[in-house]
Amino acid sequence: MSTERVMIYKRFERFWHWSQAILIIGMMITGFEIHGTYHLLGFGKAVELHTLFAWTVLTLWAFTIVWQFTTGEWRQYLPGLRNVDAMIRYYLSGIFHGGKHPFNKTALQKHNPLQRLAYLAFLALMGPLIWGSGLLYLFYNEWPKFGLDAYLALEWVAFVHVLGAFTITTFFFVHVYLTTTGPTLTSHIRSMITGYDDH
Amino acid sequence: MKRTRGVFWCGLLLCLGLSSGAFSRTAEHSKFDALQGPFNTGPAVTKACLSCHNLAAHQVMKSVHWTWDKISPSTGKRLGKKIAANNFCGSPLSNEPRCTSCHAGYGWKDQSFDFTQQDHVDCLACHDTTGTYKKIATDAGHPLYEPREIPPGSGKIVQPPDLALIAQQVGKPGRNNCGACHFNGGGGDAVKHGDLDSSLIKPAKSLDVHMGVDGQSMVCADCHTFNDHQPSGSRYAVRASDPHGVDLPRDDHDRATCASCHGEMPHREGKLNDHTNRVACQSCHIPEFARGGIATKMLWDWSTAGKRGADGKPLFISDEHGHLIYSAEKGDFKYAQNVRPEYKWYNGIVNQIAITDKIDDSKILEINRVEGDANDPKARIWPFKVMHGKQPYDKVNKTLVVNHVFGKDDTAFWTNFDYAKAIQAGMDYAGLPYSGEFGFIETRMNWFITHMVAPKEKAVPCGECHTRSAQGRLAGLTDFYLPGRDAMRWLDVVGWTVVALAILGGLAHALARVAIARRNRRSS
Repeated sequence: MSTERVMIYKRFERFWHWSQAILIIGMMITGFEIHGTYHLLGFGKAVELHTLFAWTVLTLWAFTIVWQFTTGEWRQYLPGLRNVDAMIRYYLSGIFHGGKHPFNKTALQKHNPLQRLAYLAFLALMGPLIWGSGLLYLFYNEWPKFGLDAYLALEWVAFVHVLGAFTITTFFFVHVYLTTTGPTLTSHIRSMITGYDDH
Repeated sequence: MKRTRGVFWCGLLLCLGLSSGAFSRTAEHSKFDALQGPFNTGPAVTKACLSCHNLAAHQVMKSVHWTWDKISPSTGKRLGKKIAANNFCGSPLSNEPRCTSCHAGYGWKDQSFDFTQQDHVDCLACHDTTGTYKKIATDAGHPLYEPREIPPGSGKIVQPPDLALIAQQVGKPGRNNCGACHFNGGGGDAVKHGDLDSSLIKPAKSLDVHMGVDGQSMVCADCHTFNDHQPSGSRYAVRASDPHGVDLPRDDHDRATCASCHGEMPHREGKLNDHTNRVACQSCHIPEFARGGIATKMLWDWSTAGKRGADGKPLFISDEHGHLIYSAEKGDFKYAQNVRPEYKWYNGIVNQIAITDKIDDSKILEINRVEGDANDPKARIWPFKVMHGKQPYDKVNKTLVVNHVFGKDDTAFWTNFDYAKAIQAGMDYAGLPYSGEFGFIETRMNWFITHMVAPKEKAVPCGECHTRSAQGRLAGLTDFYLPGRDAMRWLDVVGWTVVALAILGGLAHALARVAIARRNRRSS
C-alpha cells in the first residue's frame, strides 16, 4: 500500500471545525442548564455564556460561509443518493469483517455520501431550527415591535429550540462515534487535526 | 446612557440641596421673635409658624396626613384610614385618642374634631430636627405639656419637650420624623409594613442601599417628594411601573418610583433590562424584608383575645425573643425576620375593602386584592408581605366591624375584654348598621414591599425564579412560560431517549466490532 499524504482539511476548515466543536459543546452544557436539566454555573451565568457562544458561532459561520463560496468548497455539501447504500452496507456489515471502506477521501470529495447527507441535514434542518428559534428566544422582547407577538408564543419557540438541541446532541454523539470508523480508530480525528489523510 | 443621565440629574438635585436640605439657609429660625416662646401647647407653636408660613396649614389640610381620607386615584373609591379596612388594629373610629397620636394634628379625640382649624395642624411632627419632639401615645396627637408618670404606677416621670427650642431648630423632615409613625404602624416597631422599621433610622448600605449612612444617606423625602405639603407615593395606588421614567429638574417633582432616578432600562446587561416590562425592580432588588434585625408581625388573630391567666388577670405571653405572642387585648401573634416576599401580578389597581363593604364570608377575605395577570401589559410581578389575620365581622350584615378597643369607658375591649359590648359601641359610634351577631373571619392583606433595597450584589439570583424547584420564588405564578421552570416534559423524555439510543447504538456497534475482530483473529 503506497502511502500518499493528501491535504484534505485546510487550515481554516480545521480552525472552523474545532472552534465550532468547542462552542457547540459549550452551548449544549449551558443550554441544558438553562432548560433546567441540572445546576452547574447558575442560570444567569449559563444564559450569559450561552448568548456569548451563540454570537461567536454566528460570527464564525459568517466567515465560513464566505470561505465556502470563495473557495468553492460549498460543493462538498451537495447531496446525492449514489453509493449511500454502499456506505450503509459498510457500517452494517463490512466494517465488522475488515471490509474496505467504500470511500476514499480526496481534496475534491472529502465527505462520503452519508456524510454529505448528514452535514446537509445539519446545515439545512438543524441549523435553521436552532438559530431561528434561538434568535427569536433571545429577542423575545422585540417581538411586539415587529408584530410577532400575535403569531408566536414563547412556549412554542422554546419547544422548537429544545427540539433542535436534542437533534444536535444526538448528531454530536453519533458524529463522535463515527470518527472511530476510519482505517484505524483515530485516523479520522488525526486528519481533522493535521489536515492530512494517509492513504 | 439613560441610566447615567438619570443618576446624574438626581445627583445634581442632591448637590443643589433641592431635596436633601443640605443647603445654606437664608433664615435663622432661632433669631425669630415669634419663636422665642415659651410655648405652652403645640397649637401655640403652630400659630407662630403660620405667622410667616401663612399658606402652610392650608396645604397640610389637603394632605392625607391630615384628612385620613382619600379617593383612590385608580378605582375612584373613597378610602383613607377612617374607612379603609385592615387586619391590624382595626379602625381609628371610637379609638381616636390612641390612633391619632399619629395624626399630623392636635386634638382629634372624637368626631367633633375641627378639620378646618389651622392651629390644629402639627408642624413639629414633621419638621422637628432635634429628635426630642414626641407625640404622646394616648393624647390625640399632643405631646406632653406637663411631667407625667408613664406608664402609670411605674414611677418613671417623663418630662415634656422644650417646644421653643424645637421650634427654633425646625428643618426638613428626616428619617426620625417620618419613622415616628411609619416605622411604628400597627402599634409598634416593624409591626405593619415589614420593609419599614427603626433599623432604617441609621441603616448600613447593606440594609438599604439608598439610605445607608455609609453611602448616599438619603432620607424618605428624597424619593417621597412633597409638593405643597402633599406627599408622593400611595399604597392605595402604588404605581405598577413608571413609564414617565427619569424625573428632570423641571418636572412633576414626584420621585416615589425607582424609575424616577434609574429610568426603565437601568442595567448594563440587556437581558436584565428585558425583565423591566414584566418584573418590578423591587422583586429582584429586595430579596427579603424585615432584614434590619427587627421582626415584623405576620399573623394577628383577634379571635383568641380576652383570655385571663390563673390569677384572673389579663394574660400576656412573650416568646424567647421578647415578642408578645399572646395578648389578652389583641389575641395571637406571629413574627418573622428576613422573610422572602410573596409574588403577585399587579397592574396598578388595588381593590381595597372599606369597613362598610359587603363581604363574602364563605372564604378567606382578601382585604386589598391586587389586580393583574400575565396577559395584562400594565402588570408587573411585585413582592408582597402577606399579612394573615382573623378579625371580627358582622355575620348577618356581612361587613367588617368597628371594634372599640381604647378608652376608659366600660365598653372598651382593652378594659373589659367583652367583644359584644366593644363592637356594639364601635358600630354605634361610627353610625354603621350592626346586627349584634359577630363572628371571626380569616383575612389576608397585601403589603407592597418597596423599601430596604439591597445593594445590587445582593439582588435575587436568576436561578431563584428560573428553576424547576417547587421552592422557586415564582413557583406560584403559573400563567406564563418561564424559561428554566417550564418545559414540555414529554419532549425531554423523547429527546433523552433518542440521545441515549444514539450513545447505546454506538457502544453496541463498537462492541460488535471488537467481538467480531477477536473471533476472526482466533479463527485465523
